[in-house]
Amino acid sequence: MDQVGLYPVLFTSALLFGLGVTGVLTRRNVLIVLMSIELMLNGVNLAFVGFARHLGQVDGHAFAIFVMAVAAAEAAVGLALVLLLFRHKTSVDLETFDLLRG
Amino acid sequence: MLQAVIFYLLAIATVLSGLAVITRRNPIASAVSLVVTFFFLAALYVMLGAHFVAVTQVLVYAGAVMVLFVFVIMLLNLRGTDPRELPDLAPRGLVGLAVAGFIGMGLVVSIDALRLVDMGPVADDFGTIQQVGTIIFDGTYLLPFEVASALLTVAMVGAVVLAKREI
Repeated sequence: MDQVGLYPVLFTSALLFGLGVTGVLTRRNVLIVLMSIELMLNGVNLAFVGFARHLGQVDGHAFAIFVMAVAAAEAAVGLALVLLLFRHKTSVDLETFDLLRG
Repeated sequence: MLQAVIFYLLAIATVLSGLAVITRRNPIASAVSLVVTFFFLAALYVMLGAHFVAVTQVLVYAGAVMVLFVFVIMLLNLRGTDPRELPDLAPRGLVGLAVAGFIGMGLVVSIDALRLVDMGPVADDFGTIQQVGTIIFDGTYLLPFEVASALLTVAMVGAVVLAKREI
């Protein structure tokens, strides 16, 4: 990676994060919104690993592993909530989840 | 030179499969694209010397998390209830695109403002399990590690309590 440098890594990570934000804000299928969140977390992980390589310290790797643990927990709870919502509404469309609308 | 070519190919493939995740109509197709993204990312991690993180990526993300997603998609049996969508250029979609573009622009501008020298070579054992394990268990990150294990336990109990019909 000596010839590539840090910037392409960071731009890839920013692109992944941007794709995730786009997915969260534009899609209406709740499952794909959850997948987009995973995409955002992975973009952040790539930045952590890139900076770890740049600084020559493995602290970034430890952070990436913690992010993975949080992502796994989030996916488990999020998908349980999706199951519950589907049981109530028989739909995965975000627009139908308006129980809290005043 | 070869390294740079491989890196750019992998980066382009990662972004393209990430794009496929948010543009597919069928959630299963999205999930498969997400698996592909995870594998390309693992390859990028290997190129960056993060061997242990790459292995964890394949095991945890491409393995566990994706199995969870695919299971839930199959369990829901979405045929016929699929919300029609994508090229959803309703005001909501346009606003979402604009906000995402704004955030992305901010990221690119702030990355561009960094003035960093290029990466130098690192030691041979950089990013091995031994190094990562040492830093997690033998120093600064021991407490966060224990907190992460508590978080996983809470999430597991929470998921079971939520998804079970009657406790």
